[in-house]
Amino acid sequence: MSTDPVAESFAAPSATPHLRQQLVVLYLASSTLDSSVVGWTRYDGTGRSRPTTGDSDDPPYATGLDALLDGWRLLQMSQLLPHAKSDEYDVAYLPYEFLFERLVDTSPSVE
Amino acid sequence: MNVDRKHLLASVEMAHFVSHGSLVLESAVPESLNARAISVLDAGMDRHPYGTALDTAFPQGTFVRELLDLPAVAGAIQSLVGPRPVIDHHAVHVRPPRGGEAQNLHADAVLDPRVDAFDVQLMYYPKAVTLEQGGTLSVPGTHLRRINESGIGRYQNLAGQTRLTCPAGTVVLLHHAIWHSGRRNDSDQPRYMFKIRFNPTVRQLRLWNTDDIDDPAVRAALTTTFPWSAGPEGRLELINRARLWRSLTGDADFDIDYYLTRAQLRPQTVDSAATDSRLGGGRTADGWAMA
Repeated sequence: MSTDPVAESFAAPSATPHLRQQLVVLYLASSTLDSSVVGWTRYDGTGRSRPTTGDSDDPPYATGLDALLDGWRLLQMSQLLPHAKSDEYDVAYLPYEFLFERLVDTSPSVE
Repeated sequence: MNVDRKHLLASVEMAHFVSHGSLVLESAVPESLNARAISVLDAGMDRHPYGTALDTAFPQGTFVRELLDLPAVAGAIQSLVGPRPVIDHHAVHVRPPRGGEAQNLHADAVLDPRVDAFDVQLMYYPKAVTLEQGGTLSVPGTHLRRINESGIGRYQNLAGQTRLTCPAGTVVLLHHAIWHSGRRNDSDQPRYMFKIRFNPTVRQLRLWNTDDIDDPAVRAALTTTFPWSAGPEGRLELINRARLWRSLTGDADFDIDYYLTRAQLRPQTVDSAATDSRLGGGRTADGWAMA
């Protein structure tokens, strides 16, 4: 019987079976982490909630720094990319995206 | 459509549309029409190819034509896209009670690079819409940004977004590129919306009632700022609004603040103050230039 070593390796049990990620994506007014939050998105890896489009009018934090102060860990901030020539005034996707995570214990004792 | 000047939009209302990308005509439709709407929408609507003339898609005597011929509705549409627009497409959207998932935030169709023309989407709500019913979410001022339909799906909430609630008979007119989505219906009532997209067939130049074109309120409306575009992005929004207002008014010198004007400053005259004689200069300059 042939086995797929990749599938087999990835089927190994997690070393942290009760930990799940929660993610917050914050869109800030500028590239500085302490500028104000202008957009926000949440993903709940615990499955306990399903955040969705248009579910809140108030941001979870006033600034990106406030998320750090509350224990969220910053994973990525957007690069500052040069403007394409002749398109300097064009606007597109929100440029100042910051991705945060925290790990949540989902073991039954903390339910 | 050809409507009386008194039913056309004013310049201040057009400026509001240019800054917000939307115009709300609250309770514009009488209850008698709203009461008939539900059965018409439940029965479904024949589809027509893109570019179908209004008279062909919705001839006189049909419910939809009656809706579009309401003076306030006809006046607003003519002001935005001109007389005789064609039907791009139309659709009936009924979100059932406890209905499904919210749409991801999106703009309709593919990335649309036009800066000097736009389509208008009419959304008609025959019944009142409550917050719980999950009315249309839209984000004022997003219509001038270059995004490709649901590429913005990751944005769940933006500061200053509008979660529409409205009385029965409300008509909302949207710039085709505004960011929007249908929200989840968490109520026990179905939510009804009927949409038509109009393409202009004439240049969108001063089609509204321009009697108030010099009213300071026009500039005030054009300079509206939105919480989601705080910071440096906000200035770029003003520049793009000025571009659109130039196109709509034919005024090539219009500006908001001194942004487009400054960027166009590229004088070509070689002054006598140029010190290299090979440029024809080297003479004593007038004014305060250095001798």
